[in-house]
Amino acid sequence: MSVTSRRTFLTGLFAGMTALVAGHFMAVPAAAQEPTRGGRISIALSPEPPVVMLGVNSSGPAQLVGGKIYDGLLTYSQSLDPMPRLAKSWEVSPDGLRYTFNLEEDVNWHDGAPMTAADVVFSLRDFLSETNPRARTLSSRITSYETPDDHTVVLTLSEPFPAFIRGFDVSTVPILPKHIYEGTDFRANPANERPIGTGPFKFEEWRKGEYIRLVRNEDYWNEGKPYLDEVVFRIIPDAASRLAALESGEIDLASNYDIDPVHTPILQQNPELEVTNEGYEFLGHISWLELNNRVKPLDDVRFRQAIMHAIDRDFLAQRVWFGNAIPATGPVASVTKYYEPDVASYPLDLDKAKALLDEMGLAPGTDGVRARLRLMQLPNGEVWTRMAEFIRESLSKIGVEVQLESVDSGTWVQRVGNWDYDMTINVLGQYADPAMGVARSYISSNIRQGVPFTNTEGYSNPKVDELFAKAASTNDESERAELYSQVQKILVDEVPVAWLLQVRFPTVYNKKFANVVTSAIGVVDNFDSVYIRD
Amino acid sequence: MHLIRFLTYQCFRLAVVVLGVAMLNFLLIHSAPGDPAMVLAGESGAADPKFLEQLRRDFGLDQPLYMQLLHYLGNIARFDLGYSYRQNLPVLALIADRLPATLFLTVPAFLISLGLGIYWGRHAAGRRGWRLGAFTAVTAVFNAAPVFWMALILVMVFSYWHGWFPAFGIRTPGATQSLAGQAADIARHAVLPIVTMSLFYLAVYARLMRSSMIEAMDLDFVRTARAKGASRQRIVRRHVAPNAILPVVAMAGMQAGQLIGGSVVIETVFAWPGIGRLAFDSLLQRDYPVLMGILLVSSVVVIVINVLTDLVVGYLDPRIEIVT
Repeated sequence: MSVTSRRTFLTGLFAGMTALVAGHFMAVPAAAQEPTRGGRISIALSPEPPVVMLGVNSSGPAQLVGGKIYDGLLTYSQSLDPMPRLAKSWEVSPDGLRYTFNLEEDVNWHDGAPMTAADVVFSLRDFLSETNPRARTLSSRITSYETPDDHTVVLTLSEPFPAFIRGFDVSTVPILPKHIYEGTDFRANPANERPIGTGPFKFEEWRKGEYIRLVRNEDYWNEGKPYLDEVVFRIIPDAASRLAALESGEIDLASNYDIDPVHTPILQQNPELEVTNEGYEFLGHISWLELNNRVKPLDDVRFRQAIMHAIDRDFLAQRVWFGNAIPATGPVASVTKYYEPDVASYPLDLDKAKALLDEMGLAPGTDGVRARLRLMQLPNGEVWTRMAEFIRESLSKIGVEVQLESVDSGTWVQRVGNWDYDMTINVLGQYADPAMGVARSYISSNIRQGVPFTNTEGYSNPKVDELFAKAASTNDESERAELYSQVQKILVDEVPVAWLLQVRFPTVYNKKFANVVTSAIGVVDNFDSVYIRD
Repeated sequence: MHLIRFLTYQCFRLAVVVLGVAMLNFLLIHSAPGDPAMVLAGESGAADPKFLEQLRRDFGLDQPLYMQLLHYLGNIARFDLGYSYRQNLPVLALIADRLPATLFLTVPAFLISLGLGIYWGRHAAGRRGWRLGAFTAVTAVFNAAPVFWMALILVMVFSYWHGWFPAFGIRTPGATQSLAGQAADIARHAVLPIVTMSLFYLAVYARLMRSSMIEAMDLDFVRTARAKGASRQRIVRRHVAPNAILPVVAMAGMQAGQLIGGSVVIETVFAWPGIGRLAFDSLLQRDYPVLMGILLVSSVVVIVINVLTDLVVGYLDPRIEIVT
């Protein structure tokens, strides 16, 4: 090579390399970018719901799928403030009796028909009041439904009910198509197999036992959204298989009961996965050791208080739930409105527990046992079994011998509903407001034999009934707070059930997805803003 | 003529057994606590009396038990298996939908384990020393290892570590390929579950064949054949093996009846949409029509296959004569 050409070659090489290096630095994307359209997210689903039409089924898995096909009037921020959805704005009259919702215009159902105020009225008054117990809590208080025009709904209540505005999430009041369901047998309507909603994703395909596939609704009323092409729900019944699928990338997201807490440390170490406990603020689950108040010696408040002193709730939260729970202090979760932290406390104190039992006259027998009780395990997965085993160990230290009973789900619901148990572990959602999800477990009027998720422990206190009733219909914020504070103090003194944990279920997802949890209903929400990062 | 009478008798027996099975299953299932309405309430995390009443009325559960039984038996007689409470789909359609997936696992697994088991057992009969030790050890492991453990190990090695096969499911969702492409997709998904299922029965057949061969070697006619100067190979091929295979065929016949039931464990671990899992799920969900439908269909198949096995063994073994 001649000197000149070598010099040219070297210059060219040097220039080329500079360009490459400079180009690399210049190609780093700017911080704020337009979300990329396209891609698919795979979500674990278990157990397979019977239908995903939210009007006739509101199980967790149905909500996970249905929340993307249907819209509610509102959704809720993580601090439980209402945010617009199908209702772009709303007003509440000063006396708390009239609720006016102004609907988005230009909204179409997935079959092309327009959505109007008539659909909203039909959904709440005719459909959900027939099929959904939670919606009935709202509809039973409505005295009139008016639609002054196609995009306005006015609901009038019989008395003020401030919790009302927090009842319009997509799982309690999904807006359903009147033109498809009016005059039909709701449960038997063939449209239930191919649900039609107004949501960002349309139902495409369901291979029973395998997967459910939703595709982008090109005609979605929120312009430009959704970003993803598809949402696929894969049915994976086994917990270990779900873990393997997450780790190998065959699924992108798993949540709620689909993750065994014991797996979260492994998942947190995976650099591609994000583990979060957010997105359950609306449900605010509390788990408790339910004590059948009709069974001796559980009918004595001192025994119940002794149980509270004997269980190490911190251990449960850290070592059994691996940080996916925090100790509960009472009947209301800290994320729910009107939570009162200043209540009686029951620190771990075995001596105090034993003293209470001594005071009751329950002396230990020759074998050291003061009382024998059965504990029916909650068949929702391994972690609940471990909780039961830990409780048995804890109570044995104060001389209470616990016999564990293992049952399946149908049996559990049957026996709890019919009060055929001594103790069991229960977990219930709060639905943002004590009037919606808390009162039902403690008021005398909700003692109904044969019906689960009512006041099954049989606690009855007229003062508590009065406080809950008054607080539900008081329009004044500070008065409501005061009433709920009083009722929480009374309940924590009387310990109708031994509250254990505020569960914050983990959601695990691939970090390449943005905006997965943006509201208080977390992954049940519609995913219209989820996109894949570059 | 003998055959016609034999088959007629078997058909009559089938009808009686099916009726008995239907009644027994009905009573057993209804004696479990909880009903489908309670299960649905449990899944919703909320309930009130109206919710339960409505569901029970829709499902026909508000009628007295004997009425429900009579109603069900009447439907069975007309080959109507009813509707699933939960899914509001015909039971027969649900079964027909899931059965092919199960058969796609169980039939290949059956053929592989039977074929390989017979081959392996036959050759192990002559082994001594370390080869025998290896045979015994390996079959013991396959026999004793829990199926779900074996399944997860295979998933870990072949799917997670090496990525050669998918970890679960029967197909890739939404893939639009040609029929050949879809078939290949399903075949790829089926490898690990079929292997898992084969390993257990492979061990069973291999051991059975081997011990059967050893017993047959001791029989009189073998000694006669050797005295006549027949080669060892000829003896094994013409005298020992055909006789040794009879117990294996009988056992295979028993297993064949179970093919339709699938394996709940394998279908759960591999998220395979088969009928075993459908039966298990419908039990947990108290979906009585589906569960009873599956048990009914299973019992019919078992009986039919038992009859066929009897015929096959009767054909193979000249000592047996089919009489009614």
